[in-house]
Amino acid sequence: MSAAAFTLAEARDALKARKISSRELTEALVKAVEQARPLNAYVTETPEKAFEMAAASDARLAKGEGGALEGLPLAIKDLFCTKGVRTTAGSKILGNFVPPYESTVTQNLWNAGAVMLGKTNMDEFAMGSSNETSAHGPAFNPWRARNSNANLVPGGSSGGSAAAVAADLCLAATGTDTGGSIRQPAAVTGIVGLKPTYGRCSRWGIVAFASSLDQAGPMTKTVRDAAIMLKSMASVDTKDSTSMDVPVPDYEKLLEGGIKGLRVGIPKEYRMDGAPPEIAALWDKGAEWLKAQGAEIVEVSLPHTKYALPTYYIVAPAEASSNLARYDGVRYGHRAKGAHDITELYEKSRAEGFGAEVQRRILIGTYVLSAGYYDAYYARAQKLRTLIARDFTEAYGKCDVLLTPATPGPAFAVGDKSDDPVAMYLNDVFTVTVNLAGLPGIAVPAGLTANGLPLGLQLIGKAFDEATVLRAGLAIEEAAAFRHKPANWWRAA
Amino acid sequence: MSVDKDTVRRIARLARLAVPEEKLEPLAGELTGLFNWVEMLNEVHIEGVPAMTSVVAQKLKWREDKVTEGGAAEALMTNAPEHEATFFVVPKVVE
Repeated sequence: MSAAAFTLAEARDALKARKISSRELTEALVKAVEQARPLNAYVTETPEKAFEMAAASDARLAKGEGGALEGLPLAIKDLFCTKGVRTTAGSKILGNFVPPYESTVTQNLWNAGAVMLGKTNMDEFAMGSSNETSAHGPAFNPWRARNSNANLVPGGSSGGSAAAVAADLCLAATGTDTGGSIRQPAAVTGIVGLKPTYGRCSRWGIVAFASSLDQAGPMTKTVRDAAIMLKSMASVDTKDSTSMDVPVPDYEKLLEGGIKGLRVGIPKEYRMDGAPPEIAALWDKGAEWLKAQGAEIVEVSLPHTKYALPTYYIVAPAEASSNLARYDGVRYGHRAKGAHDITELYEKSRAEGFGAEVQRRILIGTYVLSAGYYDAYYARAQKLRTLIARDFTEAYGKCDVLLTPATPGPAFAVGDKSDDPVAMYLNDVFTVTVNLAGLPGIAVPAGLTANGLPLGLQLIGKAFDEATVLRAGLAIEEAAAFRHKPANWWRAA
Repeated sequence: MSVDKDTVRRIARLARLAVPEEKLEPLAGELTGLFNWVEMLNEVHIEGVPAMTSVVAQKLKWREDKVTEGGAAEALMTNAPEHEATFFVVPKVVE
């Protein structure tokens, strides 16, 4: 087995035991990244930086020192500002923006000793569920359907990170999740993706999409790895007033103990008409797995579920139109040539710099916030959000964690849904409620479709109870025994 | 609910996005489709429901009113599309 195929925990233990050096690990991964360029998972590779960081880690490890992630090579979604390394958010409008500062989450990872391999592809400004809105072109899913050469999407918006983890192009990656952007790509690439509680990780230095929904989290090969990585990512931060001052437990230790007596809620509204039977069958199997390990299965109701997506498509564009007002061609990023006055400079720079989906959402957001429409749309959506969050509070009177499907289907072909915005939005039908309520959720690979594509299950927890989400996730992972890997078709001949 | 071409032109102006004339009509169609879908929110009774202001129960933190960082004008210029010394250059704003 190549060192690139290590899990985070395996690599950590091998480094501690001095069975491998961070340099060797980094070499294996840098080579894997180079050979996988057809996947378009990375938009910026930083091998020199990686080797420099690996050398520093090896020096620390030799002295018996080092942090929780010492010497472990990671991929970073291109939404995190990285000092001295181009950060594009998948958009042309940021041009060759090189941040003079580091995001808090990535700084936390480097402080723990992690090594940066590069920046991963993503939907433009994290707006998309297929990675097809990226200004760098789509990233591809390492998985293909049995007997097919068609390129599939890796999900989105954290599609490059998902592809990189699934294809062993990093040990683990960061993602961000506003409506499902960690969990949905994780599910369709057969990896683990955890969206923590809103406020668990600092948003400082992450390019903003919808500030009341955005949250960073780990994308990993195993549940244990997600536990390890979240511990280092999470922190309270004076630079983000919404980051919460609550203790960050040792999630890895809390994985132990099993799920005997855990009350697992099955929300009946997630059983949707027209959903593929494979999804429902996997969901039932998941409940049986948890029951067999001692959990108690209870049916619960989340009555406002069907309103979550339309609510999201008011709230998120409204916040985005406001956040993206800063891209004006003046202080950084793309600037249109030949503008005669300042308004024309703004209008042309933004029209040239933003892609079609981002422009569509800016227009939606501007409309719902404009005079005369605010109450009908934005104010109403914020009330709906209260009702959606209340549904969860009431359900948690009867259970400790919820089990749901992660996505309405497996990965689809590139180009399949790009003509119909609402059809694309439906990919997030099972994940978006969690963002609206600020809760933690994890997607865990649980099985393959008849034609060999991965499917995931989602567990949703109470606010700041990532520990229970992870423990239940581990129970699914162990029962599913998902050991499948995609066939390596992308390696340059 | 139907969004017309003039409305798209108006909100594009508010959003400072140059939308070419030939794209106004297709965008109006897309937005109409989206707002028709969103219309289902009108089924829900929302009287007396408070709007969500904070997704997790917390009070916004206070901090001391003091400068923590700043004075980085030169670093900020490194990404400017056009600048002179530590000033951003823009087209003439005041006649």
